Amino acid sequence: MSQPILTLSGLSKSFPGVRALHDVSLSLRPGSVTAILGENGAGKSTIVKVLTGIYRPSDGEIRVRGELKSFSSPRDAWAAGIAAIHQETVMFDELSVAENIFMGHMPTGPARFVDWSEMHARAAALLKRIDAAIPPEFKLKRLSVAQKHLVEIARALSHEAQVVIMDEPTAALSANEIDDLFRIVAQLKAEGRAVLFISHKFDEIFRIADDFVCLRDGEKVGEGAIASVTEPQLVRMMVGRPVDQVFPKRDVAIGDVVLSVAGLSNATEYADVSFDLRKGEILGLYGLVGAGRTEAMQGLFGITPKTRGTVTLEGRRLSIGAPSDAITAGISYVPEDRQEQGAIVSLGIRENVTLANLSKYIRGLFLSRTSEQAETRRLGKRLAVKAANWEQKLAELSGGNQQKVVIAKWLATRPKVIVLDEPTKGIDVGSKAAVHDFIGELASEGLAVVLITSELPEVMGLADRVLVMKEGRVVDAFKRGQWSAEAIVGAATGAAKEAA
Amino acid sequence: MNMDTPVPPVDRYIVLDAPPRRLRDVLLRWEVILVILLVATIVVNTIVSPYFLDVFNLADATFNFSEKAIIALAMALLILVREIDLSVAAIVALAAMGIGYAAEAGFGPVGLFATGIGIGLLCGAFNGMLVTWFSLPSIVVTIGTMSLFRGITQVILGDQAKTKYPQEFLDLGQSYFIKMKETGISWLFVPPVPLSFLIFLVLAVLFGLVLHKTAVGRQLFAIGSNPVAARFSGIPVDKLRFLLFVVSGMLSGLAGALLTARLGSMRSNIGVGWELDIVTMVILGGVSIAGGVGSILGVVLAVLVLGLVTFGMSLNNIPGQVVSVYIGALLIAVIAIPRILDKVRVRPIR
Ligand SMILES: Nc1ncnc2c1ncn2[C@@H]1O[C@H](COP(=O)(O)OP(=O)(O)OP(=O)(O)O)[C@@H](O)[C@H]1O
Ligand SMILES: [Mg+2]
Repeated sequence: MSQPILTLSGLSKSFPGVRALHDVSLSLRPGSVTAILGENGAGKSTIVKVLTGIYRPSDGEIRVRGELKSFSSPRDAWAAGIAAIHQETVMFDELSVAENIFMGHMPTGPARFVDWSEMHARAAALLKRIDAAIPPEFKLKRLSVAQKHLVEIARALSHEAQVVIMDEPTAALSANEIDDLFRIVAQLKAEGRAVLFISHKFDEIFRIADDFVCLRDGEKVGEGAIASVTEPQLVRMMVGRPVDQVFPKRDVAIGDVVLSVAGLSNATEYADVSFDLRKGEILGLYGLVGAGRTEAMQGLFGITPKTRGTVTLEGRRLSIGAPSDAITAGISYVPEDRQEQGAIVSLGIRENVTLANLSKYIRGLFLSRTSEQAETRRLGKRLAVKAANWEQKLAELSGGNQQKVVIAKWLATRPKVIVLDEPTKGIDVGSKAAVHDFIGELASEGLAVVLITSELPEVMGLADRVLVMKEGRVVDAFKRGQWSAEAIVGAATGAAKEAA
Repeated sequence: MNMDTPVPPVDRYIVLDAPPRRLRDVLLRWEVILVILLVATIVVNTIVSPYFLDVFNLADATFNFSEKAIIALAMALLILVREIDLSVAAIVALAAMGIGYAAEAGFGPVGLFATGIGIGLLCGAFNGMLVTWFSLPSIVVTIGTMSLFRGITQVILGDQAKTKYPQEFLDLGQSYFIKMKETGISWLFVPPVPLSFLIFLVLAVLFGLVLHKTAVGRQLFAIGSNPVAARFSGIPVDKLRFLLFVVSGMLSGLAGALLTARLGSMRSNIGVGWELDIVTMVILGGVSIAGGVGSILGVVLAVLVLGLVTFGMSLNNIPGQVVSVYIGALLIAVIAIPRILDKVRVRPIR
């Protein structure tokens, strides 16, 4: 076995009230992909942050090619040949794609001025290398979440790092983009670099990783070659007990039409979206990233103005001009972009959970903390949120736990109709099953659900019916029992044209 | 129906309702730092000057900062939601001029206050409209309206002064609204309180309750922390922003009325430079210019610290320039200390 590029030994990191990492050791070999597995809050991102100089470890050492290192900023980590794609991206919306890629290490010409043409040329080359058709001069705010992720990947590649860390890089990507990413990973591997890969998706881990390290509650509970384990073994290692990954779909009596949407359109992103949604029904909206699903649902929810179309809830025509109208009527929307649109990271868990319908917690004139706490506890426990206390700021929670809080916020509004946009993004296997089960339970109590997801197993496991959108239009519909994965994907990509 | 309802995952974690109280966190709270500063100011001044701890002197000292402090309450909310209103002092002048004309037209005290507040309301609505309808940054808008409102006052008044006001109006501004009452016991008495300070205290309690106890207050914190997520959560972001500009305008108009009544005359340069004094109060009060952080208690404490520092220095005939140097140094020190402590704390050397 070749000498490791990077070794961590005895690494520990504590935060007030939380032991995020305890005595973790691992080593990365050149030309290999190591996967870190663990539940939400197990300490995966903490390792990444320690390796990139964002957190200073409480104890332990980092060696790069045998040499002891201590990083106090991402710059130090770059200098040592370590670059990362973080779970929560930090990018500059008002700057161009090229500037974002080279932020902190822009190519300079004579007199140390930025060499713009060189920078744009190199940015274009990097983007081409990952097959991302994004012009380097575009401002970042014009890009979709997935495109931003590609920029993030290009940024990590721009460092020509020997160790490339990817913290849930695929969470925002669609199947094709994931294939592209894996091609890049294979290429990095062939070039003899070491890759640290974090994901909650086992198919990806088995497809791409050579080795694995498994964490539970901040401690290493297993490691080895990926070829030597099976998925159930890994799950048991992560959770500490066997887990039913898939709950059987509940048998729910589907009632009358609650929501009916007709001819929803806006100028550019979607046209003529129509559907009926019944009580207790889970309607899947499937499509490629960029098919207009999110945009259409945000139009329904009143975020962006729609140009045409009607929304009828329980027989009443709604005029939704702002999200507050939708919430009052009983429609909730769990946004896809957790960081920007979902979570308020500088507020606590309780304040986030109760934010969307504060009037429910008013006693007399003022908010009642006890009733806020009661609701937070109820939903937080049901969704298995891991935190030190319910007042903890969201910024201090792991990514998956933030996502659970955002879902809790929208369930706290006790809606009649809920639109879930990629609800289990970044959530671990066990919790995902818990979230699915909870969605199923709410449906059995009469909630109507629209589920936008790019994960086929999720939509096929949960939905009663699936609408497929492509280029802003609904192109096909399938009923449970009458679908196949091939047919749904075919409709989404336009491969199966003959279905008419 | 549900034959084998799966059991939810066991509760593996105990999640507390609230974090355990730790002394260091309490001591590092901004309000605590301000209380220490306030006590230090009082102690030092009492030692240096025998005239400092005199109820009448202290009551008179409040005249000098209460009008600004009233506006600071609205400014605190604006800064909390990442906005700012730099036109407040210009609104004071415009309102004061309106009051001057209204007094000449024979309005009584109630009519004069209403005139001031009404003018402020219009100015605030104008600011709010520009900021929310046209999505312009408030710093740009209010720098513009600062010149506009002040300019209108200067054009209309020239170097004229307005000096005719009904006596009842002047009394409201110049005498104590609550009179000194002794009870016979030396330490038990009702202190004299000027109207402006009384209004400030009442408004501070009101603003404190709204910001920290009501749904609207929570929504303001959410807007200041993440305006996009706030909008997604159904918070009427623009409506609330507009409202805050209106409130800021109204309180500026009210302050204009109190100031005119106190001075008994007004010129177009009335209240020049107040906007920065007010922003200073708010920042020293711990309201983050980045939004989402702050408390009314902090602003009240900062107002008292600044007011008493200025008063103490004037008692000792220290010139105004020295006062501003001291306040500047204080502001920088108080803002820097927690950051420095933070750095020391999160980066332990192992
Ligand atoms: N700045 C912080 N302050 C306090 N606690 C923190 C902080 N950052 C992380 N933690 C805690 O450390 C633990 C590990 O978090 P980490 O982000 O590493 O989890 P993760 O394994 O990446 O989870 P996920 O799969 O959800 O992304 C969590 O319990 C989290 O609450
Ligand atoms: Mg993470």
